[in-house]
Amino acid sequence: MWTTLEQIFPYAIVFTVPLLITALGALFSERSGVVNIGLEGLMIMGSFVGAFVIFKMQQLWPGQPFVLWVGLLVATVAGILFSLLHAFASINLNANQIISGTAINMIAGALTVFLARNMTGSGNIRITSGFVPFDIPGLVKIPVLGPLLFAKTYPTTWLVLLIVFISSFVLYKTPFGLRLRACGEYPQAAEAAGIRVRWMRYVGVMISGAFAGLGGAVIMVTYAGEFTGSVAGLGFLALASLIFGQWKPLGVLAATMFFGFASTVANVSQVIPSLSAIPPVILKVFPYAVTLLALIVFSKSSNAPKAAGEPFDSSKR
Amino acid sequence: MNNSVKSLLAVLLGLLAGALLMAVTGHNPLQGYKFLVEGGLKNPERIGNTLATATPLIFTGLSVAFAFRTGLFNIGAAGQMLFGGFCATAIGLTMDLPRALLLLLMVVAGMVGGALWGLIPGILKAKFNVHEVVSTIMMNWICYWTVYYAVPSYFKGDYLETESKQLPEAALLRNPFLSDLFGGSYINLGLFIALAAVAVIAFVIGKTTLGYELKAVGFNRHAAEYAGIAVNRGIVLSMLISGALAGLGGVALYAGNASSIQIGILPSQGFDGIAVALLGASSPLGVLASAVFFGLLYSGRGFMNAMTEIPPEIADSIIAIIIYFAAAGILIERWIRAIAGRRAAKGRKVVPDHVDYP
Repeated sequence: MWTTLEQIFPYAIVFTVPLLITALGALFSERSGVVNIGLEGLMIMGSFVGAFVIFKMQQLWPGQPFVLWVGLLVATVAGILFSLLHAFASINLNANQIISGTAINMIAGALTVFLARNMTGSGNIRITSGFVPFDIPGLVKIPVLGPLLFAKTYPTTWLVLLIVFISSFVLYKTPFGLRLRACGEYPQAAEAAGIRVRWMRYVGVMISGAFAGLGGAVIMVTYAGEFTGSVAGLGFLALASLIFGQWKPLGVLAATMFFGFASTVANVSQVIPSLSAIPPVILKVFPYAVTLLALIVFSKSSNAPKAAGEPFDSSKR
Repeated sequence: MNNSVKSLLAVLLGLLAGALLMAVTGHNPLQGYKFLVEGGLKNPERIGNTLATATPLIFTGLSVAFAFRTGLFNIGAAGQMLFGGFCATAIGLTMDLPRALLLLLMVVAGMVGGALWGLIPGILKAKFNVHEVVSTIMMNWICYWTVYYAVPSYFKGDYLETESKQLPEAALLRNPFLSDLFGGSYINLGLFIALAAVAVIAFVIGKTTLGYELKAVGFNRHAAEYAGIAVNRGIVLSMLISGALAGLGGVALYAGNASSIQIGILPSQGFDGIAVALLGASSPLGVLASAVFFGLLYSGRGFMNAMTEIPPEIADSIIAIIIYFAAAGILIERWIRAIAGRRAAKGRKVVPDHVDYP
């Protein structure tokens, strides 16, 4: 059993990381008062732009790892730019945020494949190489924890974990975090206190665009290696993780770990004797069913930002 | 401003953006649109195919629109559709009945399957205040995996692992007379069920107490409650009906346009239903019109792709951009007001109210 756990742990983490960073971005957006259901689209955009940049640069500098980092950076910027469409519609135009987010998902899914097909003819973009997992020297020798946390890790995992801790600090310990949260709870009071609500909401949405774009690109440079025009519902799963995690960074970390593990277990169940007795359909359905149950349990004490989803109207004081 | 004017402007802007996209990627937009329209309308067969493509969209559009009217955002039409289609297929593959009875039973099974898939989020919303956007997404994936494992275990196809057995001729909505009329198109009886559904839903929304109550809940839940309307019952009922409509869409898709269920994909028509409902401003007739328009884009794109180098995803891109403009309806309104304002300003200058003579 222990060896099984040691084996699947690294895979579970690899699957968790893009989900985690995307859900974390959405945390900023929703805390500022803008619901972002367009995460799936933002991830697809990040995965597309990342794939395109890396594909082009690998022809010039084959085998250079810096190319992957440039790809991640450009994907992050692309996520920001694309998220502006959602920000503009929901902040300036008072559009229904769920509809605007749906439009973001549709535009990304269609436009990226359209462009990819124009460039490669097939709609897929394959990069020649992604990051190679490595054991962290020294730390991997720590008993128990070493093989679980420090074996076969990707550099992007550590980057994302760093971002999680910085985000947590920013959100709870800085004036900026306080202002951002105020805009999602009671924007009229925030405005009365001299905070520029619309600007803060723009920042919230842009952070979610940046993180989702990064998340989409991380999928591509770690386990996927190819842009295919879809991120298989991970954006929606990130949204569910955000709600499951009750709009808190550590809660989101726990919720995404749960999804990462549940999916990995379901994926490898057939090769593990102790799990192969369970029908695979039960393992696959399990995370979604548990989410529904969790939502029922949490529904009495939801920590959702109170103004999330509502257009800001400063006359409503 | 009138909803249909707004929708038409959104369509116009979407088509313009599509033209821009074609031009930027080095194609001729006029030629692209010419082949797109020809591909959808050139001869009776293509017209039939356009209508057939539109059929599941009419159902899912109605489904999303109906929930919208009650203030609910049903993003789970894809799952409801898949489950309804799966139930109907299960009946079609196992029951040996006279054709009319078999088809009737399949239609009922599709409705019940879809309704069940919509009922669960409805109950969760009414009883526990679980947001329907998240719960319907979860239901989509639960259905995806259920069908993913149920089809190969119980109804495995003769040649492919990834699809169900073909439905027998008697269990299909195809009709030889109709197909011949449209030059061998795959148009089928689903279209007539869809038209009937449009009429029924228009009647329910516009003329019945139930429709009035559901709309009242959609406009202002608290006011409706104060007025003595059973809000929770309305929410459950609305999701139930919405799911049943999507389930019928599944029947039309899997037993009409296609003849088997593929595993590993959620039907895209479920998500397009959101677009259809938005463009149709959630009115049944609007849904019908926008479903036919999307049907034209989808069925014409193959011909366009064959005649030019333009990738078929242009149709999806145009639809997506239309929806963005529909969501940003205020933008369009402001532009129109700005233009109207400038005209009015010009008009005033022509007749100055005070003139100084030298």
